[in-house]
Amino acid sequence: MDFLYPILFWLLAALIGVSAVAMVVTQNIVRAATWLLFTLAGVAGIFFLLSADFVGATQLLVYVGGTLVLVVFGVMLTAQGPFINLKIAAGEWAIAAVVGIGFFSLLAFTLINAKFDFPVPEQSQVATTAPLAAGAADGDPLIGDKGTGHRSLAASVVLGEALLGFEKTAPEAAVTGPRDVMAVPAPLPGMPPPSSRQARLVPVLKRQKMAYLLPFEIVSVHLLVVLIGAAYLARSKRRRGGA
Amino acid sequence: MVTDFLTKTLGLSRDVADALLVFVAVNILLCFVAVSAIFFIWLERKVAGRIQDRLGPTRVGGKFGWLQTIADGIKLLVKEDLIPGEADQMLFRLGPYIAFCGSFLAFIALPFADGWVAKPLSIGVFFMLAVMSTEVFGIILAGYGSGSKWALFGGMREAAQMVSYEVPMALCVIVPVIVAGSMDLNFIAKQQDWFWKWYLFHDPFTFCAFWTYFTCATAQCKRAPFDLAEAESELVAGFHTEYSGLRWSFFFMAEYAAMFAVSGIAVNLFLGGWNIGFLPNSVQVQLGIFANLLGVAIFILKAWGLVFVMMWVRWTLPRLRIDQVMMTCLKYLLPIGCALLLGVAVWQAFVPVLAVQIVGYLLCGVFVGGLGWVVFTLFAASTKLPGPGVPNLWTPSGSAKQDLAQT
Repeated sequence: MDFLYPILFWLLAALIGVSAVAMVVTQNIVRAATWLLFTLAGVAGIFFLLSADFVGATQLLVYVGGTLVLVVFGVMLTAQGPFINLKIAAGEWAIAAVVGIGFFSLLAFTLINAKFDFPVPEQSQVATTAPLAAGAADGDPLIGDKGTGHRSLAASVVLGEALLGFEKTAPEAAVTGPRDVMAVPAPLPGMPPPSSRQARLVPVLKRQKMAYLLPFEIVSVHLLVVLIGAAYLARSKRRRGGA
Repeated sequence: MVTDFLTKTLGLSRDVADALLVFVAVNILLCFVAVSAIFFIWLERKVAGRIQDRLGPTRVGGKFGWLQTIADGIKLLVKEDLIPGEADQMLFRLGPYIAFCGSFLAFIALPFADGWVAKPLSIGVFFMLAVMSTEVFGIILAGYGSGSKWALFGGMREAAQMVSYEVPMALCVIVPVIVAGSMDLNFIAKQQDWFWKWYLFHDPFTFCAFWTYFTCATAQCKRAPFDLAEAESELVAGFHTEYSGLRWSFFFMAEYAAMFAVSGIAVNLFLGGWNIGFLPNSVQVQLGIFANLLGVAIFILKAWGLVFVMMWVRWTLPRLRIDQVMMTCLKYLLPIGCALLLGVAVWQAFVPVLAVQIVGYLLCGVFVGGLGWVVFTLFAASTKLPGPGVPNLWTPSGSAKQDLAQT
């Protein structure tokens, strides 16, 4: 895949970029939704290319099958004429440009400053890294695909630990060791016990001050509040109409 | 296996071999979808004819009208390709292709025999459901982009119906997934080699889930009695009112492809996939590629059987009203789906293995016995006619006449 991979990536990237721009430029809502379809499908394609099948399929199911359909459904229910065109004033363009450029620079700044040095476990340690990685040995297409799976798995472990507010600090003995060794939990049944070098590198999970779990839960509850509010508004209107 | 042959024997690079394999697999699937659509359209006409006491197509291509669909296809190809002046050109043109892509992509993760799948995915079922949900968007675009009121109504009904029916359908799909412990269709089908191991008979919840799934799948393919999106008697032809020629035929290809895809999911999840029911996995391993060839035939026959049931239902039941369709989904199928999901989880967690096996054998025995009894009574039923018929209106012929003569 060394040769095909970049070609596919740039094709998908071009699709995403072009249709994203077209989506912003077009003034017809449903056409914008169609361009958004291509953007989202392209992003799903990128996920598939990275062997993240589940995320890609979820992207298609939630955004294309759900959200976009609802967008067009809403337009069809509320449209006065056959096709709606958005009229955008110059002031709105200016505000949108400021917000857009600000958001883009925020994202770009974060991305440039982020350290993408997710520890990649060595080949010999893959089997003991996590129970999930056991599939790698069997050539599981989701995980064991030419190293990309290992990387994403390691990254997801790091993300999960950060969400729960754990910080991994290597014990003193390991500080001098290679930095690319991450969590080595208890060996799976049937696996050989970890070597002395691995045992030395077992990290200590330390409670951090800040966890992302609370903000995450607050956002989820907020979503629930919005849902209940929408249902309440819809019901109350009907009750008034009926009475 | 094939990759090894291409890279080692023919000396192709890995990239070229991969690209070649993908190309061949996609073309085989495309041909299969197109040919089965041709077959289904013929079958639909024949089934409709027989159910309505007609003969169906009889002229083109011999006694049974085999070539009727080819004739239809040629007619569609040479038909004038109209785009109404009111329509949004871009959306109108895009609609059929998005719909077809949605239902065709699902075939990529559908295993036809053990390991015979274009792309083995560990989340096969989920991928198929996700991709098939994009088919709706093409239909809504067609309905909206046509610039016609009938098409708009059709598209709106379709959107409401699809978004609702996706939920119970997915819930019913999870039931056998819980039993199997995997979303890999290949793995799930491989668990069901003997016919009493089919997940249809695994426990009462999977048994009910099959029928619920099939109802939702019929609605998902917008087949009667749920074909509100194209209700001829109300909306001319619904979302494809303004379409003609090849674009129109793309919608039909998408519909028949989706019918086969949902039937394929049902066969893999509940009906043992490519397993005939009498060949355990150990024997299949010894048979090698012949088991796979047999498996493809069995799988396709099973899926065609389910598609036939969909046609049977379509020409037997009257169409529901849109509010009845939504009520069926939200007030009945959705709670049933939730109950089945909970039930199968409890069943898997708390019921002892022996009880699970006994219930499975009982279910299988009762179902097969019941089916056998129904078939027996159908064939053993008296062919005698109730009376001599109405004079001058209807005269019995053939074997019926002989029976009359005997009485």
